[in-house]
Amino acid sequence: MSEFVTDPNLADPDGFYADLLAAHEGLSEEESAAFNARLILVLANQIGAPETLRAALAAAAEAGARG
Amino acid sequence: MLDDRYDLAFRLYPYERSADQDAATPVRHPVVVLGGGPVGVAMALDLGLRGVPVVLLDDHEGVGQGSRAICFAKRTLEICDRWGAALPMVEKGVVWNLGKVFHEDRKVYEFNLLPEEGHRFPAFINLPQPWFERYLVERIRAAQAQGAPIEIRGRNQVTSVEVDEDHARLEVETPEGPYSLEADWLIGCDGAGSPLRKRMGLDFEGRVFEDNFLIADIRMTADFPTERWFWFEPPFKSSGASCLLHRQPDDIWRVDFQIGWDIDREKELREENVRARLDAMLGEGVDYEIVWTSIYRFQCRRMRRFRHGPVIFAGDSAHQVSPFGARGANSGIQDVDNLGWKLAAVLQGAAPEALLESYDSERRQAADENILNSSRSTDFITPKSQISHVFRNAVLDLAEAFPFARPLVNSGRLSLPCTYDGSPLNGADALPGGPARTRPGSPCPDARLGQGFLLGRLGQGVTLLTLDCALPEGALPEGVTHLALSSDDDASGALAARYLGEAAQAVYLIRPDQHVAARWAAPEAEAIRVACDRLFGREMT
Ligand SMILES: Cc1cc2nc3c(=O)[nH]c(=O)nc-3n(C[C@H](O)[C@H](O)[C@H](O)COP(=O)(O)OP(=O)(O)OC[C@H]3O[C@@H](n4cnc5c(N)ncnc54)[C@H](O)[C@@H]3O)c2cc1C
Repeated sequence: MSEFVTDPNLADPDGFYADLLAAHEGLSEEESAAFNARLILVLANQIGAPETLRAALAAAAEAGARG
Repeated sequence: MLDDRYDLAFRLYPYERSADQDAATPVRHPVVVLGGGPVGVAMALDLGLRGVPVVLLDDHEGVGQGSRAICFAKRTLEICDRWGAALPMVEKGVVWNLGKVFHEDRKVYEFNLLPEEGHRFPAFINLPQPWFERYLVERIRAAQAQGAPIEIRGRNQVTSVEVDEDHARLEVETPEGPYSLEADWLIGCDGAGSPLRKRMGLDFEGRVFEDNFLIADIRMTADFPTERWFWFEPPFKSSGASCLLHRQPDDIWRVDFQIGWDIDREKELREENVRARLDAMLGEGVDYEIVWTSIYRFQCRRMRRFRHGPVIFAGDSAHQVSPFGARGANSGIQDVDNLGWKLAAVLQGAAPEALLESYDSERRQAADENILNSSRSTDFITPKSQISHVFRNAVLDLAEAFPFARPLVNSGRLSLPCTYDGSPLNGADALPGGPARTRPGSPCPDARLGQGFLLGRLGQGVTLLTLDCALPEGALPEGVTHLALSSDDDASGALAARYLGEAAQAVYLIRPDQHVAARWAAPEAEAIRVACDRLFGREMT
């Protein structure tokens, strides 16, 4: 099983970030929430492996708990 | 006095005076079953067919009219077939395979249950619960005629119970006054509201789901296909948050509207209001007759323990689930399947009382599995928060576009039997390369054998199945039936795929409830004896 990646792995971080914002451009808050939900599900299916998904959920929770 | 709590669909066991009512001292019976719902009736049938004398008490004279279960699963039919009751059910029932899922006005996707080849019974039939119960009672009547020691006492309402260490004493009200009786074993099949459970002060904990569902069973000859249609957020007016349309026999259709928490029941049940919903859903000009309406709520909960000394709970009295997934009656029948042979073995001296502890642990495991599945379905169908609603609809939007999201759509995960992994009754799993689906604890999958089927060849007792091999000399324990098969007996290859996998030969020890107890490639006689002792709990004392 592959390790859960916490080191940089995006080939073009600025480009991806810009695409993400662009995708939300013009969406209402509600539409954005729906878009995010669809995106999460699409990405989850790309990952597939349950352990990686659980690690991702934990990482998201952990980062939010700081500060 | 004895008031009816419901009207009867079929009057099957009118009150008759029993000799017990004239006895000077309370008569003691080996087994009394309390409650004549599907679970109690099945319990009496299973025990009676095993030669265990059983008295069934029900406070009505037959099957209630209320429309409840309609989906009966393959495993239930297999169990009923062992009792000789399944064929009329299948004949009367509606077989369906295709399901369609809609979101608002769009079809999200459709699924086909695609039944696997080589099974005697379909994945599901739709049959109204009163008919299911009626066929079981008719089977009891036929068994009685052949001497099965079963007695059904209609209009016998249990009004109090005193539980001792080794028996229970019941007070029973009848139209001709009260009488007492005693039972070595009392099986509580008195439903979700179980007066017995309450009287004994026992717990029943879990989650209440804050929603109401309006059922309408309607008779119409309209040309809808035999499919299961499920809408999330249906587009038709005042149809609620979800809606189900499902076909039953005799041109009757089940419509189930999810109508929310804060409702006026009486108003919702008024015919003109029910019709308004139905008209909006079915469209203009569809003619129908309303056969039954009711509003139900549900909870997912179970007792902490199903056995309390001489009192054992089965069916809804022990555990309750949401109707999504059809796990109520189906799991209750599996309770009966699990308990019947164990109780018979204890009463007939073939097993220690400790065997009954495995009923408790195995069926709690099954109840937890059912509650988990049913709660998950409910959380999907009726999202509890804004964000869960957002995710639910995201799944539906994606499912319409991409196959990957379809397995996430949960409008009820249809009832499958539990595999008793980790059960104390499980013996060796010594079949390298053997399929996972027939590991110890699994319900035996069926397979075609010539004109018949494998499950039909397993009797009421323990079976030692040999596949492509012989038994060592003297290896057949007393009372165990040997079934010798060859993988050539099933030309389709399903028997080999389900029981051999990668292995060249196999020996399976199979419990009376058709669950695998142990399996080997080539066991010694001693290994078989040990596994057989274990399956009867003879190791547990
Ligand atoms: C809307 C709806 C849809 C459902 N759909 C399905 C489905 O598709 N598939 C499925 O498998 N399940 C389904 N279920 C669940 C199913 O109906 C129940 O699980 C099933 O009826 C439980 O059977 P039971 O014998 O344990 O209890 P019950 O059917 O409740 O029977 C209890 C019996 O005990 C009797 N009794 C009670 N107290 C006393 C007393 N003091 N003395 C004597 N007798 C007494 C009662 O009169 C009754 O006859 C559905 C339920 C609902 C509400």
